[in-house]
Amino acid sequence: MSDAPLLRMESVRKTFGDSVVLRDVDLDVAPHTVTALIGASGSGKSTLLRCANLLEDVDDGAIWLDGEEITDPRVDQDAVRRRIGVVFQAYNLFPHMTVLENVTLAPRRVHGLPRAEAEEHARELLERLGLGGRAGEYPDRLSGGQQQRVAIVRALAVRPRLLLLDEITAALDPELVGEVLDVVRDLKGDGMTMVLATHEMGFAREVADQVCFLDAGVVLERGTAEQVFADPQQERTQRFLRRIVKAGRL
Amino acid sequence: MTVTKQESGPEGSDDEDDMPGAGAAAYTPSPRRLERERHRRARARRATAIAALSTLVTGVVLYFVVVSAPGWPRTKETFFNGEYAREALPKVLEGLWLNVRLLLVCGVAVLVLGMLIAVARTLRGPVFFPLRALAAAYTDFFRGLPLIINLMIVVLGVPALRLQGVTVDPVWLGGTALTLTYSAYVAEVFRAGIESVHPSQRAAARSLGLSNRQALRYVVLPQAVRRQVPPLLNDLVSLQKDTGLVSIGGAVDAVRAADIIVGRSLNYTPYIVAGLVFVALTIPMTRFTDWVTARMDRRRAQGGTT
Repeated sequence: MSDAPLLRMESVRKTFGDSVVLRDVDLDVAPHTVTALIGASGSGKSTLLRCANLLEDVDDGAIWLDGEEITDPRVDQDAVRRRIGVVFQAYNLFPHMTVLENVTLAPRRVHGLPRAEAEEHARELLERLGLGGRAGEYPDRLSGGQQQRVAIVRALAVRPRLLLLDEITAALDPELVGEVLDVVRDLKGDGMTMVLATHEMGFAREVADQVCFLDAGVVLERGTAEQVFADPQQERTQRFLRRIVKAGRL
Repeated sequence: MTVTKQESGPEGSDDEDDMPGAGAAAYTPSPRRLERERHRRARARRATAIAALSTLVTGVVLYFVVVSAPGWPRTKETFFNGEYAREALPKVLEGLWLNVRLLLVCGVAVLVLGMLIAVARTLRGPVFFPLRALAAAYTDFFRGLPLIINLMIVVLGVPALRLQGVTVDPVWLGGTALTLTYSAYVAEVFRAGIESVHPSQRAAARSLGLSNRQALRYVVLPQAVRRQVPPLLNDLVSLQKDTGLVSIGGAVDAVRAADIIVGRSLNYTPYIVAGLVFVALTIPMTRFTDWVTARMDRRRAQGGTT
């Protein structure tokens, strides 16, 4: 991890009203690595991802993408978001568009690709994720796992430098989780840089190069997956992992 | 009728889904099911009979109440005179053509203007404050102003100004007044639609790099409009009958045509004719609205998000 970080956060602070959601968060994400954010619900994982994509303004601190400070108010936020793909917990597909239209919207309208070219690329990606036959369907005709894979294709269609995955399996039935995680595994194989917030500890342990344990808006512990899962230093991390093991999630 | 539906549904699927061997024998309804269906049929027959009887009784009672009223012979002569009805109908229909044209032109204008106002109200940023405030003031004012007063101000007030190049045609002025009021209603319908689209849709669009405007145009508005089709049609039905109000400026529409005959004959039958003609015109549109609403409800019930 000697490369210059693709994403860098420094002393990021974010509050909603009186509650401090992120407190002095530092984070370095090297290119072609996977970072897993773990922690209880409400620990700030999702907010951290939303700040990285500028869907939320940070109160203090700074974020760099590819060496450019994106929290600078003079930066073109739309241009920043074009380089970052996001997959949401609830898929957030556009219900009035077919799968193909969902996937080609941004390439066509934002990147100005001709329709034929955008559709060809979209079909390629859909094929790769096992959705070849679904291009003409509306999202509500698909299973949750299929919808989430479409959402991943939609995020990938703009060829992002960085992919943010916000608890993308949390809304899925247990038997559908596997098909979505397989996709993430493949993307790691392709060298995609990813930051994922997750409750799938086994998966985080398997794919993550770096694991950050968030607690009440603070990165309490960080390290390789082995360090954090096998030999947690902080008492709170140990307690969190013990609860997870007890619940049979690790 | 419902019975046959229930019967064919499970039976058909049973035959296909059953595993070979296990379900080789054809399905025969159990005595329990036959007994249940007999009971339901009997209940339905009883309900129909009761409904028919009560309708008949109500009708007869109403008939005698009206007919035995002391003023009935005279009322019948003034409001339900066949001769005047025959005389009025062609004139009223001729006038109705104006109402239909008004509806078409005003309908389109109302949808466009309403959409512009609704979008203006959702604009963010300090630059747009005047636009936002103006749009809010417009809807507040014209939703509160009674349509009839709005019409009188525009139809009678504008000509009184004697402005150069401004029409004094009561049809155009009446249409303008209708458009002003209904745009305010329709803007609120659109705005409710825009606000009903979940913020996560906008977030998803923005995360793909779409600008605020693109997110509105490609993601938010299409969903908002689709959801608001039933209330929009409702407003159009309402507009359709309110086109009759342009008659107060003297435009010869269906109402005015009836008015002319009434003035001459002092018989009110033409009003009844005009009223029925409007009802006849709105019924298909109301049914269409119901059909669209029902279809959307069905789609939503099937798990779609419309």
